[in-house]
Amino acid sequence: MSDPMSDSMSDSMSDSMSDPMSDPTSEQPHTPERTDGSAMPKPEHATPLAVLKTYKLFIGGAFPRSESGRVYEVTDPQGNWLANAPLASRKDARDAVAAARKAFPRWSGATAYNRGQVLYRVAELLQGRRDQFRAEVAAAEGLSKAQARAAVEAAVDRWVWYAGWTDKVTQIAGSSNPVAGPYFNLSSPEPTGVVAVLAPQDSSLLGLVSVLAPVLAGGNTAVLVAGERTPLPALSLAEVLATSDVPAGVVNVLSGRTAELGPPLAAHQDVNAIDLTGAADPALAAELEATAAENLKRVRRPAVDAEDWTADPGTSRLLAFLETKTVWHPMGV
Amino acid sequence: MPSTAPALPLADVTVSDAALRRFLHGLPGVDAVGLESRAAALGTRSIKTTAKSYAIDLAISMIDLTTLEGSDTPGKVRSLCAKGAAPDPSDRSVPAVAAICVYSDMVREAKEALRGTGIAVASVATAFPAGRAARSVKLADTREAVAAGADEVDMVIDRGAFLSGRYLQVFEEITAVKAACGEAHLKVILENGELATYDAIRRASWLAMLAGADFIKTSTGKVAVNATPANTLLMLEAVRDFRATTGRQVGVKPAGGIRTAKDALKYLVLVNETAGDDWLDPAWFRFGASSLLNDLLMQRQKLTTGRYSGPDYVTVD
Amino acid sequence: MTAMKFEYAPAPESRSTAAIASSHGLFIDGEFRPAAGGKVFKSIAPASEEVLSEVAHAGADDVHAAVEAARRAFPRWSGLPGAERAKYLFRIARLIQERSRELAVLESLDNGKPIRESRDVDLPLVAAHFFYYAGWADKLPHAGFGPDPKPLGVAGQVIPWNFPLLMLAWKIAPALATGNTVVLKPAETTPLTALRFAEICRQAALPPGVVNIVTGDGTAGAALVEHPGVDKIAFTGSTGVGRRIARTVAGTRKKLTLELGGKAANIVFDDAPLDQAVEGIVNGIFFNQGHVCCAGSRLLVQESVAEELLGALKRRMATLRVGDPLDKNTDVGAINSAAQLARIRELADAGSAEGAERWSPPCELPADGYWFPPTLFTGVTQAHRIAREEIFGPVLSVLTFRTPEEAVAKANNTPYGLSAGIWTEKGSRILWLAGQLRAGVVWSNTFNKFDPTSPFGGYQESGYGREGGRHGLGAYLDV
Repeated sequence: MSDPMSDSMSDSMSDSMSDPMSDPTSEQPHTPERTDGSAMPKPEHATPLAVLKTYKLFIGGAFPRSESGRVYEVTDPQGNWLANAPLASRKDARDAVAAARKAFPRWSGATAYNRGQVLYRVAELLQGRRDQFRAEVAAAEGLSKAQARAAVEAAVDRWVWYAGWTDKVTQIAGSSNPVAGPYFNLSSPEPTGVVAVLAPQDSSLLGLVSVLAPVLAGGNTAVLVAGERTPLPALSLAEVLATSDVPAGVVNVLSGRTAELGPPLAAHQDVNAIDLTGAADPALAAELEATAAENLKRVRRPAVDAEDWTADPGTSRLLAFLETKTVWHPMGV
Repeated sequence: MPSTAPALPLADVTVSDAALRRFLHGLPGVDAVGLESRAAALGTRSIKTTAKSYAIDLAISMIDLTTLEGSDTPGKVRSLCAKGAAPDPSDRSVPAVAAICVYSDMVREAKEALRGTGIAVASVATAFPAGRAARSVKLADTREAVAAGADEVDMVIDRGAFLSGRYLQVFEEITAVKAACGEAHLKVILENGELATYDAIRRASWLAMLAGADFIKTSTGKVAVNATPANTLLMLEAVRDFRATTGRQVGVKPAGGIRTAKDALKYLVLVNETAGDDWLDPAWFRFGASSLLNDLLMQRQKLTTGRYSGPDYVTVD
Repeated sequence: MTAMKFEYAPAPESRSTAAIASSHGLFIDGEFRPAAGGKVFKSIAPASEEVLSEVAHAGADDVHAAVEAARRAFPRWSGLPGAERAKYLFRIARLIQERSRELAVLESLDNGKPIRESRDVDLPLVAAHFFYYAGWADKLPHAGFGPDPKPLGVAGQVIPWNFPLLMLAWKIAPALATGNTVVLKPAETTPLTALRFAEICRQAALPPGVVNIVTGDGTAGAALVEHPGVDKIAFTGSTGVGRRIARTVAGTRKKLTLELGGKAANIVFDDAPLDQAVEGIVNGIFFNQGHVCCAGSRLLVQESVAEELLGALKRRMATLRVGDPLDKNTDVGAINSAAQLARIRELADAGSAEGAERWSPPCELPADGYWFPPTLFTGVTQAHRIAREEIFGPVLSVLTFRTPEEAVAKANNTPYGLSAGIWTEKGSRILWLAGQLRAGVVWSNTFNKFDPTSPFGGYQESGYGREGGRHGLGAYLDV
């Protein structure tokens, strides 16, 4: 699969400055833009029949259907059909983990500046597709136009916030340690690895971005399970990611049953951490946390109370998926 | 069996300045902190009772009792020789020291004073301590000392040449002095304090051994940093590895700043746990010291009598 | 050991500074008391199998009483000005320094570790840890956790037997500095220094209930972990137990930090400072009898220097002095327990059975007590059990590599990720490798160094959370 980031992933400052940002052809999404994803097409014979989008999973930079061949109906809060979404299986989850693991060395090894550039570009593309997302979010969550606009704008801002963290988190989370001896001693945060993210059930785009972006900003790769009832914004975000400079496999998006996809991800030995935000049922969250203990995954528990996704996100989600590495070296001649 | 010809396996490394440089710079590096912490850890060994008694007598027998002052006189040297031969007049079981170390113009006096004692006379030479003189002067200095009866010659290397990378020049000077020594044993003083880095000390150790040194010696005692446990440990590693490579055993002499029995015992622990048994012998390890002997004697008296001794119960020569 | 000219005479540290009572109670609410059920167990000296004392075995009732005491003490303790909490911790640090000889002797008796290490490593680090965290108590708003970070409440802490008092310090000092109260469960085989620490708390006039010590076996630890009145669990020990604890706290609001096992690679390149590398390898695996979670138990040596390095390593191992932990010249002491000795033997036998070549220096082991000689396995591959499983004993597995990439691949090929070592004189290679290694602590041109300011903890199955440094505060704050 060709990768638009192939040059800019290099450590060279000039490469990373020149590549994606100055390429005019990558400013526009390649996928055709939907005119209206917010409601069922009306049987309006005066206008041409709308071309509906087939929503697909996003794994390793490709858009496969579920290997199981299953789909499920996605409706708005009133029960009106919006689309069929893939009903991902445990094998899809497995494939997503494999893709995320494959992408990890390069993404975690990219310079922080470069990761920031790449993530900022996602915000740019999200901005460019704001109308589509406004419609999808409004339909998914039953929001007014104004509420949906605010949610999309906040999601763009959230993405920008985390894009700016990539080259700062080391400075706030790292330290130079004055040990009592002739040693240079430095602690710095490093990504923990592959993170399974159960996206929130109550916020299809802003909540989703709020849990995904911090994972990526720290240099992790992600397997994202979209909110079960509201997966369409997540699946569309995958299209944004695919056309941005985020390398294939860095984010993988699954739609389906959280209770079906959570257990294989929590049990997967090659997943390093799991964010249980979307495990809304406490019994499910407890089960997944217990399962995750098998390989000592880092676990971020769901909040006790409903989260306010518009609040200042702080750094806790960013720091939750970072390891501190401390390096010692003697100082002497 | 190891070859008896000195340094034969490494003969090719001294064929040119470039070859010598490559060899010396190819020796493993020294991590200063690791070296010093190893030396410090060995310094925590607790040497008690029978071990202490053995070590004190061994240390006394390893002393090159030294006077290297501009104010030295035949009288001073004679009294030092008497002290070296019978360190504790009240206890004849105390061993004699290994050698009396003096400037070359005092060799004859020392030789005379030590006749029949078995104690060697060591002479510093080669424009000690700076070594800043023409090679002809250094060689003449050596020959004078040997002619006067020196059994051992303590030369200084040309640190200026060494630090500026002229290794072959240093090598050739040592071989020339070695030739001038004839039968006398050659101790090569590296002057570690001026070499400044442990890497340089390791290289200088190998350079001296390649050039035929019978001993390598830490220092003149005339600069700010002399023998330290760390630089002596490093030199012990060098002689150990040199023997493993060439089959030839070289001795080590720390000098300068070793004043207490406690210090001396720490050095013997370094020898014991680095070079091993074969070096626990006055033929292969020496202390260059003047005031050390009296502290060893006081500690020995304490061991013998159970009472702490005092400076009035040892002699001040 | 072969007969040497310079034999060090026995130099035993006196036991008189560390008189041991014949029985010890639990420390709950500022008082020593017997277990409610009257149960006791024996703590023995692993070097001699001598019974040192009978110690109260806490049952669930006792653990409950300790947690309740800690709960009662929490409001006042957490409400104290940070500067006041700091002064208690400074007092404790000073008392530890004053009583360090006593504590070192007691530690060596109960644990089996050489007095040289308990005196020169454990105790200085214990005091330093209390000093370090004491100073944080009134500076928490500046620690990077927000303007007013809050303590969690009652911390349940379960510690291992390899560094009994040091692990206590790692747990208690940050917990108290941040305003938590503590119930600590020492390891079953090494309870004595923790109980001596309880005396120090009393000398420091620490308010009752702020620190409670409950001794016993794993059941006491489990009772503590499961107790609903505990807000925070901190555990150091095996990955297996850590996994069980993580399962136990799943679905609760208990905050959890785990410091678990390891199988560290100690990587030696052909341009390494070889003599210091040998010391680092020896310190990496034979320090504390190899009872060290971050031990450098896998030596990865570049093939081009393997023969030379192994020759030097064997020569050095032959100088290790194995024996009486109280002898000041002992380098390697006793294995902590019969159970641990059996585990080491089993894995070492597996190494031989799987075809690795086993070597130990000539080494006379005492007749009584639990002993295992310093041991080296060569010809080990990644497939051998001794290359994968934590032995937690003085057993080094030697593997070779050809290129830096191969070294990284082998070093990282483990579910653990606690520590790693790098030996090379090339700075850029160190920094590259340090970045590649998936381990929480990377020692380059040194090994097994610890400091209260330096965060410690692992990746992957070596656990999560960090102890030490500013990072260590986070484990005890509501952040």
